[in-house]
Amino acid sequence: MNVIEFNKLTKYYGDVKGCKDVDFNVKQGEIFGFIGPNGAGKSTTIRSMLSLIYPTSGSVTIFGKDAIEFGSEVRKEIGYLPSEVFYYDKMKVIDLLEYSASFYDRDCTDRIKELAEIMELNLNRRIQDLSYGNKKKVGIVQGLLHSPKLLVLDEPTSGLDPLMQQKFFKLIAEENKKGATVLFSSHILSEVQQLCDRVAIIKDGEIVSVEDVKALQHDNYKKFTVRGTGLNNGRFNIDGVTQLVERDDKVKFFYKGDINKIIEIVSKLVLTDLVVEEPTLEEIFMHYYE
Amino acid sequence: MNIYKFELRNLKKSIMIWGLAVPFALVGYMLFYPMMSGDTAAFETLMANFPEEFLAAFGMNPKLPIFSLFGYFSLTFGMIQIPIAIQASNYGFHILSVEERELTADFLLSKPISRRKIFISKIMAAVTSLTIVNILVWVSSIAVIMIVKGEEVVDLTNVNILLSTTALLQLTFFGIGMVISVSIKKVSSVLTFSMALGFGLYIVASLGSILSSGIFKIISPFSHFNPGFILINGKYEWSLAIVSVIAIVVTIPLSYFLYNKRNIASL
Repeated sequence: MNVIEFNKLTKYYGDVKGCKDVDFNVKQGEIFGFIGPNGAGKSTTIRSMLSLIYPTSGSVTIFGKDAIEFGSEVRKEIGYLPSEVFYYDKMKVIDLLEYSASFYDRDCTDRIKELAEIMELNLNRRIQDLSYGNKKKVGIVQGLLHSPKLLVLDEPTSGLDPLMQQKFFKLIAEENKKGATVLFSSHILSEVQQLCDRVAIIKDGEIVSVEDVKALQHDNYKKFTVRGTGLNNGRFNIDGVTQLVERDDKVKFFYKGDINKIIEIVSKLVLTDLVVEEPTLEEIFMHYYE
Repeated sequence: MNIYKFELRNLKKSIMIWGLAVPFALVGYMLFYPMMSGDTAAFETLMANFPEEFLAAFGMNPKLPIFSLFGYFSLTFGMIQIPIAIQASNYGFHILSVEERELTADFLLSKPISRRKIFISKIMAAVTSLTIVNILVWVSSIAVIMIVKGEEVVDLTNVNILLSTTALLQLTFFGIGMVISVSIKKVSSVLTFSMALGFGLYIVASLGSILSSGIFKIISPFSHFNPGFILINGKYEWSLAIVSVIAIVVTIPLSYFLYNKRNIASL
């Protein structure tokens, strides 16, 4: 079952394109990555899901219902963390969280305390006294306190230190295990790699690819680094090789296909070193952005 | 209900400031009345020296001399209408635009609540605040008149009719402020906008009185509720007041329509 369905979602701000023909689905129970550089249209896409902005054409369906028409109903089960966190400055953290909780039918008191403890958030401080990272934590607690069925996280890790990021990832993984579907936008591929099942790649407002992260990494590409002498003669330029960089003493490339073909070429050479690695998502996806 | 309470709590300080300052100014002015009425003859000569247009600009009317109790009150109340209007425009400019200005829109609007409910709650909170100030102005007006009237016998009917216009004046400025706030991209400074609207339209009203110009009187809500006219005639000048009523009836639903359709800007 699909939790989110984008149907040719298009948003123009006057003449400026926000996103165009965004069309992908997020399945129930999935952690779905949404990747793109700054300004590619991630936030535009996400903010149309929450009727913060209205699409120029196309639609978004969440839990089988139109996200605009049934907006307030659909949002009951969404936890949203905006990319830039701003809250009522003069409020205390606990007051803000209680205000946030007052919009939901359930009692969230225990969950607030629990989450604050995990994220090491002081509930009695004023929002205006918090650092950016701490505000982000308020955002995280605020997005999770009602145990939503769908988490929409727009660049959630910016401002968090690596330790907090790990705690946060753990938290998301737990929510996911309990059944929550997660849409996770980021421009940092390694964090998506760590967490997500599938990923959509957006460039200049348009989806360029939707890929299975694990399959992509394990079954497909391998990254080869070959060292030796006299390598610079194009013998690695075969089908399946991409991003080939040849020097006399070093050749680097990505390969997708029958591994024996590479072994065959390599076996005829005198090498000083051979490294075969799993490429990072960065390396796999870089070509989309070049 | 939670948004209503929240908004009201945010307005608390503002209600206290306006609710104290406006009645304080009103009472302050009125307390000078006994000094003035004691020296009627001197004032009469002084006033006679000014051209009628000049007096009209300040809301003075030959039928209601400044040294009479109601004459003095009409002048005072005309002055008090300015801060009342500024407060109302302030709330108008503020109430729907605050989230976008302070970038908290993504917080509030991503909650399971429709914009219609947000709109209603916010309007109700603002109207509650304005009503509190309205009541305080009303009570302090009556109280101070009773204090300064001395031996004079006064009929408060016309004063009450005048005070009843406050709500309409407030709603008119509130509605105008609100509709502007949702029509433009961003209200950068609420205070600047509301002062400009309040003082601007007051000047328009003054010009209307000086030039006896119909168009200026129609434009400015201050002329719709001219204290002098109401205290003399004991009724609204409906041909003008109706413009305010229309403004309220148009601006508030229009604000809702525009707010509901609005794309909320983010950073």
